[in-house]
Amino acid sequence: MIRDAFGLIFTGEQNVRLRELVELRAVGALPIGGRYRIIDFPISNMVNSEIRNVGVITNRNYHSLMDHLGSGKSWDLSRKNDGLFILTPYANRENLGIYRGWLDAMKGSMDYLRRAKQEYCILSASHSIFNMVFDDMMRYHIESEADITILYNKLSNENYSGVRYEDVRMRFGRDGRLKQLEINPEISSLNLLCMDTFIIRKDTLIYLVEESVAQGWHYFVDDLIRGNMNRLKIVGYEHKGYVGRMHSVESYFDVNMELLDANLQKELFQGSHRIYTKVKDEVPAKYTADATVSNCIVANGCIIEGDVANSVLFRGVYVGKGAVIRNSILLPNTEVNNNAELEYVITDKNVSLRNRSRLVGDRSFPVFIRKGATV
Amino acid sequence: MYRKKKTVAMLLAGGQGSRLGVLTTRRAKPAVTYGGKYRIIDFPLSNCVHSGIDTVGVLTQYQPLELNTYIGTGSPWDLDTTSGGAFVLPPFVKGKGGKWYSGTANAIYQNTYFIDQFNPDTLIVLSGDHIYKMNYNWLIQAHLEKQADATIAVIPVPIEEASRYGIMNTDKNMRIKEFEEKPEHPKNNLASMGVYAFNWPTLREYLAEDAKDDHSTNDFGSDIIPTMLKNDCKLYAYEFKGYWKDVGTIRSLWESNMELLQDKPPLNLYDDPWRIFSRNPNEPPHFISKDAHVRNSIISEGCYIYGTVENSILSSGITVEKGAVIRDSIIMSDVYVGEKSSVEMSIIDEDVHIGKACTIGAPQNESGKIAVIGKRVVIKNKETITAGTQVDAESILSEARKSIQGNEKENRKRKEKGGAK
Repeated sequence: MIRDAFGLIFTGEQNVRLRELVELRAVGALPIGGRYRIIDFPISNMVNSEIRNVGVITNRNYHSLMDHLGSGKSWDLSRKNDGLFILTPYANRENLGIYRGWLDAMKGSMDYLRRAKQEYCILSASHSIFNMVFDDMMRYHIESEADITILYNKLSNENYSGVRYEDVRMRFGRDGRLKQLEINPEISSLNLLCMDTFIIRKDTLIYLVEESVAQGWHYFVDDLIRGNMNRLKIVGYEHKGYVGRMHSVESYFDVNMELLDANLQKELFQGSHRIYTKVKDEVPAKYTADATVSNCIVANGCIIEGDVANSVLFRGVYVGKGAVIRNSILLPNTEVNNNAELEYVITDKNVSLRNRSRLVGDRSFPVFIRKGATV
Repeated sequence: MYRKKKTVAMLLAGGQGSRLGVLTTRRAKPAVTYGGKYRIIDFPLSNCVHSGIDTVGVLTQYQPLELNTYIGTGSPWDLDTTSGGAFVLPPFVKGKGGKWYSGTANAIYQNTYFIDQFNPDTLIVLSGDHIYKMNYNWLIQAHLEKQADATIAVIPVPIEEASRYGIMNTDKNMRIKEFEEKPEHPKNNLASMGVYAFNWPTLREYLAEDAKDDHSTNDFGSDIIPTMLKNDCKLYAYEFKGYWKDVGTIRSLWESNMELLQDKPPLNLYDDPWRIFSRNPNEPPHFISKDAHVRNSIISEGCYIYGTVENSILSSGITVEKGAVIRDSIIMSDVYVGEKSSVEMSIIDEDVHIGKACTIGAPQNESGKIAVIGKRVVIKNKETITAGTQVDAESILSEARKSIQGNEKENRKRKEKGGAK
């Protein structure tokens, strides 16, 4: 529908609250839901909106991201015209190749921005999972003659007041224009959460980036949006579906657990708009005669001989005889040997747990085991 | 212009596989699902790629749509290369009309031009009917070392089953003295695996001769190999040691699938350097609910399991509702099994919809017969399909029955009216 837009996805966020999960990889490359990586969501949303030109801006730790994206073939983005562009940082006269915020990143990728043939740009972060097409948001952006349209979702009442970090909360006036902006508020009365997804005309974007960088600004929301609230027409568009944000190990754990709801899985994965990912040639999962499994997401290549409940098992996980796993997230190729016990544990890739090992965390503080470790 | 290739493979994928019944009414046998996510053709194709053979002609004829779609550009097997690749070769119209492939040898003969483009020394002829992992290089090496005209891969089978296969009678150097197709009284237990290595220039001549013979059935087993033997060509048998299974019947397809459920299955699919490639569906991982019971089963992506699954193999995108029971069965992709239905000892083809409280098949220890439900069949609530029944693709049960009954009533009325006149 909206072929006249190109996408720009930022993956360079540094997030200390995701601790070791992002030590070796960009946030966008975090495995989620048994098979995906977070970046599959923004890319698939764009592709499902018939966007055919997607730039992915990388910053630190982008090896696993590049490995995942490849030529873009999994998203049908390996094209003769446009397709997927991976924009790695590099040092030149104007910058050191190290980005502090989106503005530096865009300044560093100015060649790509200038060369894009499309009129509009959809900017997106890569720390949230949701499934939507941007057609209606684009229509709203054009009809309201806005300079910038911000995608947001409404916090449901139960989560209304707790203390949340890494939040951008907003209020829009009667005329639809952004009136109030709170960044990482300790306590807030506002209930509209920015989804770090924006529509803006390409020419406007280039002008604003150049202008902002000249002022020494780095950040898109903190600086550019906040600094232009009165000058520009900034409006909001609500996404009514599910949004899962990953900004701490705890929220990463929570979002994976939320995916154990079959209705949510169907909303995210089984609708008319699919989420695409790079697929490996794995054997289907195998359950032996001793296996007991309840309320789990299980990916291909798993072999289950033990007892697993309320857990997410990624590709190629092995669960030995007598092993008991509860409320855990096991990333690809985790090996849980016989009689091991896990509760509230996140294991990174290629972790091995010896016979009879026992690890117990807590919902508010899951145990995390780093990549390749043997416990 | 292609570069010269040492080896080109030709894969015979045009057979109907009529012994697979309703599973092959809408598709060729090599496209039949195996082991949850695979198709039979994934095995020879993956074997080719792992053996370093990058040029594969796939000969199609019978119901090729599903097979052609599946092979596509060959990219799932890394066969979308510039110097070779997967070529789907259907029969085509030529100068004076052209004709269907009249036999396995004729299929190769009609594609002589295709093979000549690569000017290969060795031509490998494969069939798309078997499940096995094999390094064809060993066969080719044996073939070249003995400077053979043809080398046929054989596998020892139990002597009492030998009369089901093509049997090679060899001397102690494995030179083939006699070939018997399905002999009543087999002298030997070395069965042909349907994997041949030919010296291409020699085979080319024999194929051309055979094509001139109006009485020939244009088949490798009954024409080419016997003629070569008669002419004293050097034909050798190469003994393969490994798992090989003909899945040409409903029973053998079911058994071979069930073998994957053993603790240490005879066919290891987890073998990393010899991975079997296939076209992967874009589905999330499968979900096992709180109420589900799953044991001794293989389950693929995109499944939602709320019921009981035991000793079964499930392909992708299957829903098993609460209270439903799947036992000793093979379920192919995108099947829906409604609440409280039971499926026992059955093979359910793709896209089948089973309503609530249906009974499909019977427990293994009751009859031992396999029920087969064809592609896109719709089974309405509370229907019963007895053990061993085959339901043809795309039929709608209960409605279909009603309409038959309806027609009978109308016919009777018409007759009565006619009688009244």
